[in-house]
Amino acid sequence: MTTALAPHGDLALTDREHRLLAWIATVDHKRIGLMYIGAGLLFFVVGGIEALLLRLQLAQPQANVLDPQSYNQLFTMHGTTMVFFFGMPVLFGMMNYLVPLQIGARDMAFPRANAFSFWIFLFSGIFLYASFLAAGGAPAAGWFSYAPLSEKPFSLNAGQDFWTLSLLTAGIGSVAGAINLIVTILTLRAPGMTIGRLPLFSWMALITSFIVVFALPPLNAALIALAVDRLYGGNFFTPATGGSAVLWQHVFWAFGHPEVYILVIPAFGFISEVIQVFSRKPIFGYSFVAGATVLVGFLSMSVWAHHMFAVGLGAPLDTVFALTTMLIAIPTGVKVLNWTATLARGSIRFTVAMCFVLAFLAQFTFGGITGIMFATYPLDWQLTDSYFVVAHFHYVLIGGTVFAFFAAAYYWFPKMTGRLLSERLGYLHFWLAVAGFNLTFFVQHFLGFMGMPRRVYTYPDLPGWGALNSISTLGGFLFGVAVLVFLWNVLYSLRRGAIASDNPWNAWTLEWATSSPPPEHNFDLVPPVRSRRPLWDLAHPEEADYRSAEAGGERG
Amino acid sequence: MAQRSLTPATLRPTTIGMLLFLLSEATFFLVLILMFISARAEAPAGMTGVERLDPWRAGMFTLALLASSGTIWLAERNQHMNRRGALRLWLVATLTLGAIFLAGQATEYAGLIREGMTVATSLFGTHFYTLTGLHFLHVTAGVVLIAVLALLALRGKRSEPGIGALQPISAYWHFVDGVWIVLYVVIYLVRP
Repeated sequence: MTTALAPHGDLALTDREHRLLAWIATVDHKRIGLMYIGAGLLFFVVGGIEALLLRLQLAQPQANVLDPQSYNQLFTMHGTTMVFFFGMPVLFGMMNYLVPLQIGARDMAFPRANAFSFWIFLFSGIFLYASFLAAGGAPAAGWFSYAPLSEKPFSLNAGQDFWTLSLLTAGIGSVAGAINLIVTILTLRAPGMTIGRLPLFSWMALITSFIVVFALPPLNAALIALAVDRLYGGNFFTPATGGSAVLWQHVFWAFGHPEVYILVIPAFGFISEVIQVFSRKPIFGYSFVAGATVLVGFLSMSVWAHHMFAVGLGAPLDTVFALTTMLIAIPTGVKVLNWTATLARGSIRFTVAMCFVLAFLAQFTFGGITGIMFATYPLDWQLTDSYFVVAHFHYVLIGGTVFAFFAAAYYWFPKMTGRLLSERLGYLHFWLAVAGFNLTFFVQHFLGFMGMPRRVYTYPDLPGWGALNSISTLGGFLFGVAVLVFLWNVLYSLRRGAIASDNPWNAWTLEWATSSPPPEHNFDLVPPVRSRRPLWDLAHPEEADYRSAEAGGERG
Repeated sequence: MAQRSLTPATLRPTTIGMLLFLLSEATFFLVLILMFISARAEAPAGMTGVERLDPWRAGMFTLALLASSGTIWLAERNQHMNRRGALRLWLVATLTLGAIFLAGQATEYAGLIREGMTVATSLFGTHFYTLTGLHFLHVTAGVVLIAVLALLALRGKRSEPGIGALQPISAYWHFVDGVWIVLYVVIYLVRP
């Protein structure tokens, strides 16, 4: 073929090169979303391998798999990777992909800024990992980088600076992405898509984005201050020259606790969508789910010092933060109630996605309850810095967020690719994940009670410690196998999965009104939106929601 | 349509995006200012160097920045009224005032460094240079943005920046001005 008549213009590119360029240069929210998810999953695998190396070292007392310095580097990189380069990007990817489709929009409000957000995240992650090549190796002061340990006298390696700068640039990308999502939801909704009819996942995306807008700035402030200390000899967090190490903790956790909600509120969105469709019932108490989460968003900014009960802030402050922490459990509990009530008397379909939702409900609630235990600060003094804390937050972040992400993956994969994930492999993935996850982290509650300190590379051979740790390591590897089965399922189903129809689950939100996968412009025609379930209305005009809504039925 | 009522028609999506960005930025500066205030309360001994600051001199440059908020407002008004000549004039005026502020701050830094006050010499120095330095960077970014607007306006009618470009940049400029007023009061006027 002559180049002048080549279908893709006069760029003399092969088809393969052209396809690559189409991804790199894209401003399409769906492609950007998929790249976010894909890159996030790569970091998930890397962070997971780091976790398994840590578990290998901890499988036996006084083991020598890793030396202390490597252990510190790996647990720092594991935490940082999972929070900033797996959790946030994968959730941002899902929001990127789904929000414009759910609200009937053509794209995000600022498509080029959207591409900027993705690429700055990716390069921040690569930059962080480049620290392994730097003098002194990767950062080793923990994902929380407490001062003064993270200061120059104690962390001479350049890795710490890689950490600081990489999170700073990643944070800028997150804020840009969040602003983009908010403006998209505020200005690009299809006619009839009032804020009260917004699908719950888009509601959660809106709330998460607001938290990002307000919670990332404290982190950026702290990172800049740390960089000034380390690179220019500043005194922000160095007690010897008048600075305050506790100040770092305040500012870091002022970001760090809302961050937990940034990681878990989109998961609430996944659950809220999947549970309705597979219970064949609209959600119980739509406005309570949305409203309670708004409340969680506000309260999330007021609980940070519960990470600092052991610092010695004094009883008045400790009590305030204990109360706010107990308070935030209420709207969270409300949602668990909403989901459970949605199940009640539904005709439940136990698809793989739904199984992950049910496991989420049990595990997330369990992690939530151990969280309330920590609000009682005398108990926190006993359990802080022990494996009980590790067990608690992994129940929330894996048992909660990661399980919800798996549910979302099985649910939306057909929309994204046009093929269904294999349910057979899915059930295998599900059971391995449930067994592996609970084996790994349930026993860590006991280790915590027995006083095993976290963030330490080994432990003495005390009665029971070796056995429980071996079980935990075994569970970790089982979970690793579960993830491999999932990845295999994705790769296999991409080529050989059953072809998906536009709406394989008989779902009700707008993303299922277009083809699977959607065309670049998303919709040829956006169906009329006259209630929260436009596709139900379309399929059942006689029993349409808006008919009962006119009689006041849309208040729940 | 009912759902549009959430976003007033006069606000462009770019301006809504900018306002959200400024909320984020406001939080950022708020955190840094609170860090400074807590440091001053907890470590008064670390506040050496504050006596070197000249509030009168900095006050003069503060006035220049304040005035530039007025000139960009005039630029916006004249764009609404389609007065291109006045638009160009006020954009260039804003640019000049912004540059005067930057020059004032740069010479202040140079003087202080010559006297031996740096980021490393005291806790106050660390906070002072970080706070004012980050603000300096924000003013610089604003000056660049306004310079682009001014160049586009000077190049002729076809390239003239629309309201979608001027409105958010103007909001940003007012914000940077507002942050400086707080910084000026907290750093230069309130003494321990």
